[in-house]
Amino acid sequence: MIRLSDDETGMLAGARGPAAALSMRVILAAARIQGAERLLPIESAHVDSCLYHGPSSLDFARALLSGGGRVRVPTTLNVGGLDRSRPDLFAGPASHGEAARQLMDCYVELGCQPTFTCAPYQLPGRPAPGTDVAWAESNAIVFGNSMIGLRTNRYGDLIDICAAITGRVPHAGLHIRENRAGRALFTVEQDALSHVDADLLPALLGHHVGRRTGTLIPVLDGLQAVPVTEDWGKAFGAAAASSGGVAMFHIVGATPEAPDLATATQGKIPALSERVSGADLMAAHRQLTTGTPADRLGGVSIGTPHLSAEQLGRLAAQLAGRRVRVPTYATTSRSVIASDPAAVQVVEAAGVTIIRDTCTYFQASFMSPDGVVMTNSAKWAYYAPAKLGCSVILASQTDCVASAVSGEITLTSHHG
Amino acid sequence: MADGALLMAGELILGAGASGPLLRLTEPVSFWGGVDEETGRIIDGHHPQFGVCLAGTALLMGAARGSSSSSSTLLECVRQGTAPAMLLLTERDTILAVGVAAAWEIYGRGPSVVLLPRPPDAQNGERLRVDQQGRVYAARQS
Repeated sequence: MIRLSDDETGMLAGARGPAAALSMRVILAAARIQGAERLLPIESAHVDSCLYHGPSSLDFARALLSGGGRVRVPTTLNVGGLDRSRPDLFAGPASHGEAARQLMDCYVELGCQPTFTCAPYQLPGRPAPGTDVAWAESNAIVFGNSMIGLRTNRYGDLIDICAAITGRVPHAGLHIRENRAGRALFTVEQDALSHVDADLLPALLGHHVGRRTGTLIPVLDGLQAVPVTEDWGKAFGAAAASSGGVAMFHIVGATPEAPDLATATQGKIPALSERVSGADLMAAHRQLTTGTPADRLGGVSIGTPHLSAEQLGRLAAQLAGRRVRVPTYATTSRSVIASDPAAVQVVEAAGVTIIRDTCTYFQASFMSPDGVVMTNSAKWAYYAPAKLGCSVILASQTDCVASAVSGEITLTSHHG
Repeated sequence: MADGALLMAGELILGAGASGPLLRLTEPVSFWGGVDEETGRIIDGHHPQFGVCLAGTALLMGAARGSSSSSSTLLECVRQGTAPAMLLLTERDTILAVGVAAAWEIYGRGPSVVLLPRPPDAQNGERLRVDQQGRVYAARQS
């Protein structure tokens, strides 16, 4: 039985309009699944529903609009189906592009901010640690919980906008402190760190841990010598949330709820305890690499999730004065682009196409690669073979850039 | 009689009575990126059941995996008629249930969602039926 406040009962009865009532019914279905006894107010939301998946996406958004829907808390938007500043880059069917654009407009009309980024944690004014929010987008969820200390469950499409409209989520899961304890301990062997390129370490480790941990929150120990930057946590989380259902992780000595192992586990004995070896990381690399160095290079994709300002600056430094010979894409947000126009100029002068508002692995919308694609992203490597039908080589950013410039697959750094 | 053998009592979270052949996922699948909305088939090359069609099945799922866009993929599967007939959940997976809740709101149809205490004792392909109370039956003679 779910207890509702007067405000919530009113919303369900239609006091705030049909869209709020519909949204409450969806939230309550989720609450029943989760066994929640009440709802919880949220302070903000990040909405992924603005990505077009077919006519049903528009059917749902228009039902909310026609029902007087309006977000009740500050709400950012995830990527949509196209770069609204460069509609010329969209190579999919025109009707699909138009529908994708209309859907993005619908969500702005519902009151969401037109941020269109999968990395809301890179936007100015992000929520404070401990805040209850409703974030969608698997990489954002895992980053928010783990690297900032936000409290969000794995909200997905549709419930995200319902949470934003009602300002409520089920009181369950990671909103409750006891459920945030690390339950699977992964101890990284020190010599494993020397087996792989430091640039690829978070991606490979994330892929491995995501596959092994199941529904348990992983705790990583043994990384005290590794500088766990926000970009490191981003790459790890995106990989773990692609290969597994990871919504939160702890890294002992690095993430906010894991100053030490006992705090990360809340004093509980882990249900799973494993060591991670160099062989495990090399196996992860093989699983994420479907092409071979003998293949023809068809393109390079950097920036999944969206490049941070630091990553954009590093890319610019690597590309300065050079020119790419294969189609090369760098994906980031309007916010990051606006923060460093000089870097944007260098990257574009090198012949790289900068994509904003969206992602390059959505069904042949941007890339129709003639050959294998190199990427430094485990998430891109995981999804692109099915989405784009291409082979992928996962490599460090240095090797991705070197290959883009030479036009041939160039693997200089340590790749197991 | 026609009810068949009662296998277990679950909790009907969404939808109504439904039936379909049991399909056990041997590994979790992400609907987004892993299931084709036009055919209902698994297109994730990493998945051991690559190519298997989920449409009309009594889909037994353990833990969910992968993208939080899967609610939208499932909603589109309902629109195109390629969704499972029911989702039998042994874990409390919100993402797919939300896709189903939206489908019932927008289209007035969709899979039934049943929360089970454990996997049912039935063979892959065996026809299962769920009733309004969340009881799960096998079509075989008891």
